[in-house]
Amino acid sequence: MIEILSPGPLATVQDLGRPGYADVGVARSGAFDRAALRAANRLVGNDPGAAAIEVTLGALVLITHGAATIALTGAACPGLDPGVALSLPAGSVVRLGVPTFGLRSYLAVRGAIAVAPALGSRSTDTLSGIGPQPLRAGDRLTVGAQPSGAVSGLAFSARRSPPVLRVVLGPRTDWFSTDAADVLVQAEWTVRADSNRIGVRLDGPVLERVRTDELASEPTLPGALQVPPDGRPILLGPDAPVTGGYPVIAVVRDADLDAAAQVRPGDRVRFLS
Amino acid sequence: MIVRPYGDTALLVEVDEPAALAGLRSALTGRVGVEEIVPAARTLLVRFDARKTTADVLTQALAGARSRPERPPSGRPVELKVRYDGADLDDVAAAVGCSVPALIDRHAAGQYTVAFCGFAPGFAYLTGLDPALHVARLPSPRARVPAGSVAIADEYTGVYPRSSPGGWRLLGHTDAPLWDLDRTPPALLSPGTSVRFYAR
Repeated sequence: MIEILSPGPLATVQDLGRPGYADVGVARSGAFDRAALRAANRLVGNDPGAAAIEVTLGALVLITHGAATIALTGAACPGLDPGVALSLPAGSVVRLGVPTFGLRSYLAVRGAIAVAPALGSRSTDTLSGIGPQPLRAGDRLTVGAQPSGAVSGLAFSARRSPPVLRVVLGPRTDWFSTDAADVLVQAEWTVRADSNRIGVRLDGPVLERVRTDELASEPTLPGALQVPPDGRPILLGPDAPVTGGYPVIAVVRDADLDAAAQVRPGDRVRFLS
Repeated sequence: MIVRPYGDTALLVEVDEPAALAGLRSALTGRVGVEEIVPAARTLLVRFDARKTTADVLTQALAGARSRPERPPSGRPVELKVRYDGADLDDVAAAVGCSVPALIDRHAAGQYTVAFCGFAPGFAYLTGLDPALHVARLPSPRARVPAGSVAIADEYTGVYPRSSPGGWRLLGHTDAPLWDLDRTPPALLSPGTSVRFYAR
C-alpha cells in the first residue's frame, strides 16, 4: 500500500482510459501522455496499460507501507531518478520536486494501483467525475498483486524541447478564412494558464471565422483544435466533452498527443500540417 | 454525404438528412478496424485502427451504404413516467400558443428516438418532438437543473441524468435512473433507442 502525503497541484489515477463509450456521452479519459504511462509500467514489469499516478507539475509526496518498486516517467521531477525502477523498503518517503520541463509525470508501482474500476477503467475523468476522485493527502492506495513481468532496465528519456505537433487539417477548415490554415501552422502559440485535462488553451493570432452560423454539435476526439468565437484554439484533452458545437480547424495526429500532454502554461507550441 | 478526415484515426461523415445516419451507422458496425461509431446531430464520427483499415476503405464502405434503407428502431420503447411540473411549462405554453394541458398532451404523445448522446454521460438527444413545440433554449442557462428533469430545446427533448447546469426548457421530471455506473449498460438511453413519455 502507498499513502499520499501531498498530491501536489493535481494527481490522479490514470490507465489507458475508457474508449468506446462516447456514444453514451463518456470521454475516453486516461493518461494524457500515453507513451509515458506505458513506459513507466514497463519499467516495473506491469501491463503497459495498468493504472498509475499522473502527477501534474510534480510536488507529490508519498510514503510506502510495505516494500514497493516504483518508476517515474514523463516530466522529470527532482527527487526521483526518472526512467529507472527503484525498489524501496517499507516506510520510504518519496518527495517529488517541481519539474523544470514538462507538465505530467507518471509514477507506476509494481502491481499497479488497485482502485475499483468504473466502465472498465481506473482513470479519473475530471469533467464527468467518473472514476476515482483526484488524490488527496491521506489517501491510501492498494497495490495489486505482483505481475509476472520482470522489472526492466529500459531507459526512458523525457522530451526536452517544446513540441511541434503534427496536425491533419479539417474537418471544418472551410469555416475559417482562407489564410487561417496558414496562420495555424506559421504562428507560435502560447499555452494559457487555464489549461487542463479537458483542454489546452492557446493564445496567438485570431483564427478568423468566415461562417458565423451555428454548427450543429459534432462528435469530438482528444487532439481536436476547436475554435470558439474568440478565435483562439483549444486543443481538446482526454477529459473533453465528446460532442461540441465549435468548428474544429485541424486535429493533432494521435502519436503527437503525448507531446501535447507535456506543454505547460507559458510554453510555446507550433503546428505542422 | 461528405466524408472528412478527423485527424489520422477518424473520419467525420456529414449528411443532409439526419435520418440517414442510422443506416450509415449499421453499415459500419462490426467492420474490421472500426473501433467506435459516434453519432451527433448531422454527423457521424468513425474512429478506426489504422493498422487494420484505412480511411479510403471506410469511405468506400460508406458510399456503398448510401442507398440502404434506414432500419426502424428495434426493441420495445423505453417508457418514462413523467410528472409534468417543470419550471418552464407556462412560458413554453405561452411561446407555442397553447394551454399547459395541451402542451403536456403533445409532448407525451410523441414517439421519440435517441439520435445521439452528449453533453454529459447518459444525456440523450431525442428526436420526434412535435414541430409546434420547437422552442429555443434559454438565453442564459440555469446554474443547476435537477436530476431527472424532462426538457425541450430546438428540435430535441431529453432528460438530465444528473444535476448539472443546463439551458433547456423544463417541462417535468422522471424518477427513472438514466445513468447508473453499476448497471450494464450504464446508460438507459443510447443511440437508436425508442422512448415514450407517460404523464403520471
